[in-house]
Amino acid sequence: MAPTPVLPKLVGERVKRREDPRLIQGRATYVDDIKIVGMHHLAFKRSDVAHGRIRSIDTSAAEAMEGVEAVFTGAQIAELLAPMPIGTPFPSPPHRAVAVDVVRYAGEAVAVVVASNRYTARDAADAIVVDIDPLPAVVDPELAMKGQPAVIHGDFPNNLAVALVPSGTGVSADGKVDDSAVDKAFAAAEVVISQRMMNQRLVPNAMEPRGVVAQFEPGKGSMTIWSSTQNPHILRSMIAAMTGLGQDQVRAIAPEVGGGFGAKINIYAEEYVAAVISKRLGIPVKWIEDRSEAFVATTHGRDIIGYIDVAAKRDGTVLGIKLRLIADIGAYNMLLTAAIPTLTMMMANATYDIPAIRTTLTEVFTNKTPTDAYRGAGRPEATYFVERAMDMLARELKMDPADLRRKNFIAPDKFPYVTQMGAVYDSGEYEKALDLALKASNWKGLVAERDAARKEGRLVGLGLAMYVEVCGLGPSSSLPTGGWEHGQVTVERDGRISATTGASPHGQGNETTFAQMLADQFGVPIEHITILHGDTGVVKQGIGTFGSRSQAVAGTALHLAGGRVKTKMAKFAAALLEAHEDDLVFENGTIGVKGSPASAKSFAEVAGYAYVPVPLPPGLEPGLSDEAFFEPANNTYPFGCHISMLEIDRETGEPVLLKLIAVDDAGNLINPLIVEGQIHGGLAQGIGQAMIEEAVYSEDGQLLTGSFMDYALPRATDFPRFELHSTVTPTPVNPLGAKGVGEAGTLGSTPCIVNAAVDALGEFGVTHIDMMLRPEKLWRIIHGGKA
Amino acid sequence: MIPTSFEYVRATSLEDALAKLKAANGSGKFIAGGHSLVPLMKLRLSEPQLLIDIGRIPDLAGISERDGKMVIGAGTVHHDIATSSVIRERCPVVADAAAMIGDPQVRNRGTIGGSVAHADPSADMPAVLLALDAEIHLKGPNGWRVVKAPDFFRDLFTVDMAHDEIIASIQFAPLRTAAYAKLYQRASHYAIVGVAAALHVSGGRIASAAIGLTGAASHARRLTNVERALAGQPLSQQTIAPAAQVAGVDLAEVNSDIHAGAEYRRAMIPVFTRRALESAMARA
Repeated sequence: MAPTPVLPKLVGERVKRREDPRLIQGRATYVDDIKIVGMHHLAFKRSDVAHGRIRSIDTSAAEAMEGVEAVFTGAQIAELLAPMPIGTPFPSPPHRAVAVDVVRYAGEAVAVVVASNRYTARDAADAIVVDIDPLPAVVDPELAMKGQPAVIHGDFPNNLAVALVPSGTGVSADGKVDDSAVDKAFAAAEVVISQRMMNQRLVPNAMEPRGVVAQFEPGKGSMTIWSSTQNPHILRSMIAAMTGLGQDQVRAIAPEVGGGFGAKINIYAEEYVAAVISKRLGIPVKWIEDRSEAFVATTHGRDIIGYIDVAAKRDGTVLGIKLRLIADIGAYNMLLTAAIPTLTMMMANATYDIPAIRTTLTEVFTNKTPTDAYRGAGRPEATYFVERAMDMLARELKMDPADLRRKNFIAPDKFPYVTQMGAVYDSGEYEKALDLALKASNWKGLVAERDAARKEGRLVGLGLAMYVEVCGLGPSSSLPTGGWEHGQVTVERDGRISATTGASPHGQGNETTFAQMLADQFGVPIEHITILHGDTGVVKQGIGTFGSRSQAVAGTALHLAGGRVKTKMAKFAAALLEAHEDDLVFENGTIGVKGSPASAKSFAEVAGYAYVPVPLPPGLEPGLSDEAFFEPANNTYPFGCHISMLEIDRETGEPVLLKLIAVDDAGNLINPLIVEGQIHGGLAQGIGQAMIEEAVYSEDGQLLTGSFMDYALPRATDFPRFELHSTVTPTPVNPLGAKGVGEAGTLGSTPCIVNAAVDALGEFGVTHIDMMLRPEKLWRIIHGGKA
Repeated sequence: MIPTSFEYVRATSLEDALAKLKAANGSGKFIAGGHSLVPLMKLRLSEPQLLIDIGRIPDLAGISERDGKMVIGAGTVHHDIATSSVIRERCPVVADAAAMIGDPQVRNRGTIGGSVAHADPSADMPAVLLALDAEIHLKGPNGWRVVKAPDFFRDLFTVDMAHDEIIASIQFAPLRTAAYAKLYQRASHYAIVGVAAALHVSGGRIASAAIGLTGAASHARRLTNVERALAGQPLSQQTIAPAAQVAGVDLAEVNSDIHAGAEYRRAMIPVFTRRALESAMARA
């Protein structure tokens, strides 16, 4: 046998993303690339009024247009489709896929056109005349809570989607609240910091807008639906339930998905409508969202007001926190809408050993686009509120911000640590991350640099923030879909490996990281491995990609499935080699007896034998394929420390980010290059929120930042070179020790930048600045009375 | 982009473009880079039935120097202006401003003629052309017409140009001692306030100054009170700083939007006027 090349171990290596060449060469297949003979196109007529009663809809001109197959109003769709379900246990008003009688946000669909091409469909939608009697638009959540200026859903007085949920110290499982510990903490306080903070609304803006193709085949009675979704298996379940088909009769496919950031978890009106129209008319239909629609018809993120109080001793010991949250969730509950702010409550403990915490949450309907998950989903908000407040406390006590945090950290020997909020932090060494950040940034040097700049009259500030994140979602008890993930590994007859994962990626790089793991596990070249995903016809089961769970949960499922196949393959190899299976090594594309590589069989030969097993070893079935469902016992809790340096132009108020140093601990890393890419993206979005991104609504409920002309997405030129470092604290929750990293970048960056801005403007007596750091806002602080 | 349906033709010369426009009988529009027109078509705010592509008319794009004047063809894209060695050498303010427009995609598609004809109140180039007292060379059914920039920009999206005219070129006397400073709107990269300052220097004195302002009001305009305050004065920081103070004080109305309120915009006009003047002085 010819000598085989030595294959390096790949786990932990900076392997370039295998999916990138096709993506950057325009050779990938997105939903809009799906074309089917006879396919028609949908266009939605959308309300340009935020709140109003539909007086009439005249579709006659649209229906008369050549190429128009059908027009459906909301009432007609309602005959085909029940109100849309949500995925949380909270009460929810009926939500029609296409509005009936009342519109509740600008951009809500009021009718849908089916036409032979996209342009005709749009022309026809424009020709529909909708007469809407405007009602007062509800845009301010704190007025909305008083029922002002209107009530949006009749069964929800004062617009309260969730009236008031308490959580934290002294709250029992049945909701009984004992405030004594929290009251005691605040009674003992020598200093109390109180601040209202706004975590503003953001527009997710994936590079690929949403899209769907639905094909009901009347002959088979089955449906195939392609969608730009993060979770095709959930889509399949929901489409089946809503169309009256069985899950066996629906195949959902997420082809290439160009980003999601959480906004493609929700199953949307357009997906249900496409499915029922295809079923009703017996033709395939396509809908592709345009960018203008994406701004209003795809869920938004964040939009939570936090009233925070921190009780502390003058030596910096934090005694207690009260955090009252008001979430502006927009006009309707979507799949996970109501649950997102509960994650803000859950993470109010942050990285600190705090004896008493009371959080309360109120969720409010307004006449805006509904919110749902957006990168970080509740945890960046918690981190922001707590880390801003910690900075205010440090400023009040004239303590170094790092010293204050160090004093309050949960000590490494306290893990697993049960927080006041009931979370069980798996592992953490917060001081190590802080120390590395201080060292890597040369914090003392930065302080000297800042002070020297101030002597020249420049407004330079330093910011620091810790974070702890929830990743690897998460046992089945925490998710209505189940919290496991599925993997299947097949060694093919030629010795190559096909593996399927239920985590359908949209930029995470699973085709690379999962292949790295399997390459090491089987001792074969990575080029011999294909990771399949995103098609429920190919991938037996799955949950999806969200909550930074792919590596920790789906990666583990594949690792376990791979182990099962490897065990069986070793039995076939043992039979061929007349050796004991425990003595075999899989390496360099061969399977052989430890210590005698010359006698090794090629991986392909053993694979071939397993499929034509003559003779069949006793006790074995032919074939090499197995699967695993991995149910994690807990979430994982990665953490880190971000530091920034920022300068504000004294004359104009323009902020410039000079430095960003990030220390992130995501446990064991499979591919540091991909991890860094994830952190870069997260930082960009976290910095974007701090500095330039904000969804602004007018008083009558119009999104004023409805295009890239007015909504700023960060560009490369907006950033300094990020300085990344990591510590490694493996998780005991899964055998890989990997925690997850997809969202982490958005947690520390946002507060550390606002902390730096407040530091820069300290001479003007400011203690808090709401995001975004709009130059005019900073200029007003600088120029105060003389503005 | 899903616009209303339209026909598309490509013009081979200015004469051909004008003939095609006339034949379209009011329903035609010229398109070059499309960076002003296409966004309007996307929103269906503009629904031309015929697009006449002037992007490949020979000699409509290009930069040359003729009789002591810089001549920039209307079809020249911003990127080519920003990177032109002759512009950078002879009249760097124009290259600077071109480099500050939008982003690389915009600069590689958008043209100077399109930007000038569109006259967005926050566009960069009008301020520069005002400061340089540039000429806009137009061709119409009755032949050529030359309009000076201060007469050209008349109101919001309104210029001295008939519907049957086409911009052929922008021409100006090159001047090294000119500079552009702008406060970026962070989403669009248009100017919240943009000021171009041109100083004609002679013997250590400012013989005359021309200051163009964009972003602040309905259309780009000259800051004549600052120009008067500078004329005849010694070229020095002591002259510039107080002169810049009066920038914009005579503006009756100043724009206000979510990115910058009127009060803030007003306050920024003197700041960017001074910065532009300082940079221009540094080139003396």
